[in-house]
Amino acid sequence: MGTLELKQTLSGHRGRVWNVCWHPKGTCIASCGEDKTVIIWGPQEPKWVTKTILTEGHTRTIREIAWSPCGNYIASASFDATTAVWDKKSGQFECNATLEGHENEVKSVSWSRSGQLLATCSRDKSVWIWEVNDDEYECAAVINAHTQDVKKVRWHPNEEILASASYDNTAKIFKEDAADNDWSCVATLSSHTSTVWSLTWDKTGTRIATCSDDQTVKIWQEYKPGNEPGIVTPNNEPTWKCVCTISGYHTRAIYDIDWCKTTGLLVTACGDDIIRIFKEDSDSDPHQSSFTMVCSMETAHTQDVNCVQWNPTVPGQLASASDDGLVKIWFYSE
Amino acid sequence: MGDALENINPKLYKKIDERQVTAKDEDEDIADEFDEREIFDLIRNINDPEHPLTLEELNVVEQSLIEIDNKANRVHVQFTPTIPHCSMATLIGLSIRVQLLRALPSRFKVNVEITPGTHTSEAAVNKQLADKERVAAALENSHLLEVINQCIGMKYITSDISGNV
Repeated sequence: MGTLELKQTLSGHRGRVWNVCWHPKGTCIASCGEDKTVIIWGPQEPKWVTKTILTEGHTRTIREIAWSPCGNYIASASFDATTAVWDKKSGQFECNATLEGHENEVKSVSWSRSGQLLATCSRDKSVWIWEVNDDEYECAAVINAHTQDVKKVRWHPNEEILASASYDNTAKIFKEDAADNDWSCVATLSSHTSTVWSLTWDKTGTRIATCSDDQTVKIWQEYKPGNEPGIVTPNNEPTWKCVCTISGYHTRAIYDIDWCKTTGLLVTACGDDIIRIFKEDSDSDPHQSSFTMVCSMETAHTQDVNCVQWNPTVPGQLASASDDGLVKIWFYSE
Repeated sequence: MGDALENINPKLYKKIDERQVTAKDEDEDIADEFDEREIFDLIRNINDPEHPLTLEELNVVEQSLIEIDNKANRVHVQFTPTIPHCSMATLIGLSIRVQLLRALPSRFKVNVEITPGTHTSEAAVNKQLADKERVAAALENSHLLEVINQCIGMKYITSDISGNV
């Protein structure tokens, strides 16, 4: 078993913290929550401190924030039905664009690898794709593929392919059709028996891990047309198959999951206050993979853990956010 | 809220007696863990959204349908809508959940569910009540919050108020 060591506890939010997101260089983090603020935290030897507090961008809870791949922008998704984009052109972060259109709460926001596309999703069941041009944001597509509240959107690590997770128990994959520039659903990942709260791509983008209210994690493998095991691929689109279900570990809803792009470790945030880390077995068969829990941090927080994210550049470093109002920084070692 | 009452003539149930305070209860040195009766006392006087009656009087909540595990920080409450197609079921469940969230220490995980087999959309209502994100969003809706607060707000006993005048 590995060990998860608490490096620092960051307090500053009032009320529940919904989300935490690392800067792409791994040098600082942003967090958001019920108090309608975004806090940017950074190291100032020997401790991490509040660098900036962003206020007055939203009138209700901020559910999620996302740094752009260049690190110059932060997008924030709010229950006030808008998504704000903050930039630091003036020297400090200011909200210079507000994306409107969703009928109600925006639940998630994600930037594509190029930074040219932004995706948002909402309780109104839709997924929106926005094109970014010189600080102008234009809606390129409204996708109504889910039948319920959409909880999460996440772009493929390299390509312009989007995945979403929903209250309708499924995850879906969306792609633009080159012929008519229309975005459509190319795959539906169904196997979970309750809300899919979150999802994460592996570093190659050929696998996805999903986590759910049904207390399981599932690993999905992409099978392209002409694949070796002979998995059928209708419409010449890749098929996604569940190749592993991690069950029996989590005792309440799993709110978030993150697949480390450098170490390959999976981390989960659970409603039972525990942070768990899973490692793929060395003899794992890609068509029927197996994972082992290598760490379980009891009472990682005193209430539900809402979010966990690996540092994109420092292997083993982890940030978490909780209903207990705290953000914590951890270090995992084998 | 519909204009007409769905269940015009609900059956009334007898209220249980007030809790007797014992010498042990008053002894500060004895650790007093939460029990089913205490949880029941927190929710029995919630008002029905439609009738000038409490959830206890309508048998929507019962002490026997409450489970608490202090060590595991778990509270599980089942409630029984007065009729199987009651459109107020979500609102009633939400009122119970909000009351317990406010009254209990934050360490408790509260589950509020419909008594199995007593409502036509039981699974859908249970799923909504269990989704803390949707509950949080609902509680930011000032109109809904006002309705919930009205349900939770216990009625004052008139004699107490007039006694002070």
